[in-house]
Amino acid sequence: MKQHLYGATLFALLLSLLCTIAAAVQPLDFKDAAEEKRFQSLTRELRCLVCQNQNLADSDAGLAGDLRREVFEQMRAGKSDAQIKDYLVARYSQFVLYDPPLSGSTWLLWFGPLLALLAGAAVVVVVVRRRAAALAHKTPAATAPREEEDW
Amino acid sequence: MNARLLPLAAFALLVALLGFGLFWNTHHDQREVPSPLIGKAAPEFRLPVLNADNREFGSADLKGKPYLLNVFGSWCPSCVDEHPVLVRYSKELGLPLVGYNWKDDAADATAWLARFGNPYDVIVADTVGRTAIDFGVYGAPETFLVDADGFIRLKRIGALTPDYVEKELKPAIAALRRSGAGGQP
Repeated sequence: MKQHLYGATLFALLLSLLCTIAAAVQPLDFKDAAEEKRFQSLTRELRCLVCQNQNLADSDAGLAGDLRREVFEQMRAGKSDAQIKDYLVARYSQFVLYDPPLSGSTWLLWFGPLLALLAGAAVVVVVVRRRAAALAHKTPAATAPREEEDW
Repeated sequence: MNARLLPLAAFALLVALLGFGLFWNTHHDQREVPSPLIGKAAPEFRLPVLNADNREFGSADLKGKPYLLNVFGSWCPSCVDEHPVLVRYSKELGLPLVGYNWKDDAADATAWLARFGNPYDVIVADTVGRTAIDFGVYGAPETFLVDADGFIRLKRIGALTPDYVEKELKPAIAALRRSGAGGQP
């Protein structure tokens, strides 16, 4: 009984996965493999505005389909990747880019983790220096760890 | 500073940060993407009028007039919540209210309007969705306030509420009239 239930759940999961794939992949007639590859890599870098944690390539939202068609038609019209991205950024802001460019409003996004790392390193340096200074004050025999030490 | 207090200070900082995050998210919609089009010229458009064979309507017909553009669809649940607000305020606001029927079926839209009322002065139907991309639409309902010079002044993402109309929309319309971008009454 339990095994039966397990099998049914797995089947349902697989089915839903298949549905997603079938819906997300729209028949666009690419003229060659290179065009398809370019389209795939471009739509993977663009965010779907409806399901905001999905990219345009994976999303099956109606708007994502419209945007994919728009990207495809602009590629056909000879637009460069940068031009297509500019077109979308002008309408939907930099939020559509999964790889936002470095600018005044995004510097914290780019360097925030580094700043946090530096702050952590500064704390470590201060603590280590203090401990070293405290140890130097004591006799050489006191280098072995003692129970009343805090750190 | 006493080094013993350092972990406590770090903890307090973390609590403050997370507390701020909680506070912020209860007051803001995380999914809302501010439009880069505010303060810019509204896109030119020309679309078929809903249920009027071959008749088209577009930005050219609205030249020199401020107007409200409301994106809706019969498939959109929040539009049902919003609709009574439009019905109630459409006359009072004193601007043409353009309905933008987005990716909808004409028969469904007609039935929906018959059921919930039609506050619009004109309704254009965008079944393809290309003009909606030009407006940066990503979810219905959305509402744009466009001034007499054709510039987008305000964008509401999500349902209009009486509170929003009173506190944001009406003052914005009043500001239009003062600045001379309100057109001829």
